[in-house]
Amino acid sequence: MRRYHAAVWDEPLVMELGREGRRGQIFDAEGDATSLIPESMRRATPPELPELSEPDVLRHYLHLSQETLGMMGISLFGTCTMKYNPRLGEALAARPELAELHPYQPEDTLQGVLAAIHGLDEILRGLSGMDGFVFQAGGGAHASYTFAAVARAYHAARGQLEQRDEVITTIQAHPCNAATAAAAGFKVVTLMLGPDGYAEVDALRAAVSGRTAALMVNNPDDMGIYNPHIDEWVRIVHDAGGICFYDHANFNGVMGRIRARDLGFDACMYMLHKTFGVPKGGGGPAVGAFGCTGELARFLPAPVVVRDGERFRLDYDRPDSIGKVREFWGNVQQVVKAYLWSRAMGAEGIREAADLSVLANNYMDRRILEIPGITRSNAQLDVPRLEMTRFSLGELQRETGIGILDVAGRLADYGIDGPWESHEPWIVPEPITPEAGEMWSKEDLDYWIDALAQVCREAREDPELVRSAPHNQVVHKLADVPLDDPGYWATTWRAYQRKRAQVTA
Amino acid sequence: MTAHPYMANSTPELKQEMLDAIGAGSIEELFAQIPASHRLQGELDLPPALTSEVELSRHARELLARNESCEDNLSFLGAGCWQHHVPAVCDEVVRRSEFVTPVWGTPASDYGRNQAWFEFCSQLGELLALDFVGLPVYSWGCAAGHAVRMASRINGRREVLVPALLDPERLAVIRTYCEPRQMGSHLELVAFEELADLEAKLSDRTAAVYFENPTSLGVIETRAAEIVRLAHDAGAEVVAGVDPISLGVLAPPGDWGADIAVGTIQPLGVHMSCGGGVGGFIASRDEERYAREYPTLNISLCDTVVPGERGFGVALFHQTSYGLREEGNDWTGNSTYLWAIAAATYMSLLGPRGFEEVGSSILQRSHYAASLLAEIPGVSVRSPDFFKEFVVSFDGVTVEEVNRGLRGHRIFGGKDLSRDFPALGQSALYCVTEVHSRGDIERLATALTEVLS
Repeated sequence: MRRYHAAVWDEPLVMELGREGRRGQIFDAEGDATSLIPESMRRATPPELPELSEPDVLRHYLHLSQETLGMMGISLFGTCTMKYNPRLGEALAARPELAELHPYQPEDTLQGVLAAIHGLDEILRGLSGMDGFVFQAGGGAHASYTFAAVARAYHAARGQLEQRDEVITTIQAHPCNAATAAAAGFKVVTLMLGPDGYAEVDALRAAVSGRTAALMVNNPDDMGIYNPHIDEWVRIVHDAGGICFYDHANFNGVMGRIRARDLGFDACMYMLHKTFGVPKGGGGPAVGAFGCTGELARFLPAPVVVRDGERFRLDYDRPDSIGKVREFWGNVQQVVKAYLWSRAMGAEGIREAADLSVLANNYMDRRILEIPGITRSNAQLDVPRLEMTRFSLGELQRETGIGILDVAGRLADYGIDGPWESHEPWIVPEPITPEAGEMWSKEDLDYWIDALAQVCREAREDPELVRSAPHNQVVHKLADVPLDDPGYWATTWRAYQRKRAQVTA
Repeated sequence: MTAHPYMANSTPELKQEMLDAIGAGSIEELFAQIPASHRLQGELDLPPALTSEVELSRHARELLARNESCEDNLSFLGAGCWQHHVPAVCDEVVRRSEFVTPVWGTPASDYGRNQAWFEFCSQLGELLALDFVGLPVYSWGCAAGHAVRMASRINGRREVLVPALLDPERLAVIRTYCEPRQMGSHLELVAFEELADLEAKLSDRTAAVYFENPTSLGVIETRAAEIVRLAHDAGAEVVAGVDPISLGVLAPPGDWGADIAVGTIQPLGVHMSCGGGVGGFIASRDEERYAREYPTLNISLCDTVVPGERGFGVALFHQTSYGLREEGNDWTGNSTYLWAIAAATYMSLLGPRGFEEVGSSILQRSHYAASLLAEIPGVSVRSPDFFKEFVVSFDGVTVEEVNRGLRGHRIFGGKDLSRDFPALGQSALYCVTEVHSRGDIERLATALTEVLS
């Protein structure tokens, strides 16, 4: 194993740094401007912000960046498709021709960016079979919400919204499907899984009715299991009068092989910050690309980029549109990056990426199952998983007392950032879900597996070493702290100071 | 096939090695789960690949060259996306690979990023004079949408009062978050004009009063304390929208009694990127009544197993959709967390003096612009007390015509308000910030005089 230790700077909070009078930015103001503010609305006391020089601030945040492992090591965070984010996209997005654009500029000054958006729209149409995409949603969950809003508009247009108030999903669909359906005003019907790892057709038949507004599901799921009856599911929901949304969060393994529209779906979603090479930024700015059939297109959030010969324009004149799910057109710079990634890959490259991600997962699968104490979900399902596999450390925990959270902490000592466990509810004990993707080399994957094997060995030989991990990190593991206790939590420095003063008083 | 630069294992030897290790004859076998009838027949119809970065870069630069930016032109556009100075240090920090690429790790190994997030919340809390701040959401409008839902969950009421002159873009987002009339969970949006109108419309149905300072037309809301008192007397929650770049000079929402504050983080060190730079926040007093309704992830300072050592954990995780699926508060997902780091850096760079200075600079420049424009025959400025944005009205000519004329001078005129607010006549919303020099403003006045003559 490599020798590794995280950078430790003991970096104080920025609020604890600085000295009175230091400056990090100067603005040209001509004396006191407060006379321009009505007296009642003037700020009485200055904000208690730190006072630092420009290099002090730079070095502080560079230290914090160094105290962040992320993808500097090997991160196979499942369901999030950790892949290369081409730096060409970053460099281009920093140019003023993209960074210094305003969405209300005249259309003739935005032709380049509109062309890129339209270009990606066409590529996603090719990959999905849908008739058009919009990029307004700021993430996958937001695209899921966009669908729920489209479903409302669709049924309202048919005079059936009062009656159709249920959305069907499965317990293995992402929590955001259920949550956004509920936030959009629907009741949620959740199907449990059958013996083969997906919900059974009969369970769906029993669930649909005249109240069914929509189906919202992923496929394959987060365990790498593909529901082979998905086309029948769509037919059943359509026959009941509902519409169907394909949450394509797990598209990486099936890119170029299946298309949402061919399976009968009315709408689908791709995460550009996962599958299409856009960086994750620790949680955005992200893009949920939402696509649908021509029948649903009139409900899309406005504006929609359309082509008029050689020119592109923004179509705001959409009377049946759901309106907006956020301001402007979406995280445009990320859409441009996804367009460039797609062009860099091409049809052949995209298919190759899917092949490699499934091949790599099965390679990992084979090696991981050789580690004592690790099993695979749905053990009786003897087929290769797609781009991820859900494993369980349940046996290891029974034998050693060491569970997934301990293992995750110890993996960080080997330069591997926390792996994905599973969404709630955990349907296997002590879950772990690596996803290899197409970026990581075989050497990287072998290192990751070797580290996992090493930690599992340590769990048997020296469980305390694992339980008390990490040891080579920026700080140690969190104490068992009451983060849901109002006397304890502190999301700001001012709250922290007040609460700790009360404790010590 | 040549190995693809983004894919380390795209060589025939490596693929064969892995297949041999698995004992599979071909990659195709690994897709056995997918029925043949589900598979795409025929080829993907995609444009040709540009696998060489040389070609790709050329293609991208050709595309971008078809844009004209707010650097090529002098721009007075704002209305939810504003041209502010982005300190070079902010750009450097948010382009660090450690911050650009990660998703989620352990509290110990992603400690530095979590600290930066906590510093974002803490410093924003100082600006707002509020002590509970969630991690950011997609945008200001989304923050306002979540906040009125929080209010409705708190008091069980289903009507929200909003200003009649609210930015239509933001209003459209809030409306989406309120469900259509046909649904049981519908929140009714009721527009109010003046104070007396607000008072008349407040009732025991009012879940929340939403208003902004400055308003979306730039006006400083001098009656904030009065609105808060009226709302609270009616048992409603007060949701206030603010632009944090104003808070070095304008009174913070915590001081005038807002219960929940929302707003934008784009002015705090994030480029406009054609609207892709927006981000929003939700904040409140640190009281359980509010804290337990947040849909966001909330980063908290906490203890590690080593006495005296600090860590950062997620507070109130269970109430999110990750914890409770459809029973959670709205939903949580990817957001604009990278911009939290830009904003943390920005707030550290400015400090209390920098915020006072940038606020003063914006006030002086925008008022200077308003005074010059008001001198031009056929032009009037409606707003008396304003910050950053103000309404300019034209006699005998449309905003469209004016803006077309200004284009000839390489100027993007203010946002046309005539369609959304016909009562304002031919009016435009002009935005002037610290990036506009006196010379820029004089150039606008000269060009406008010429266009109107």
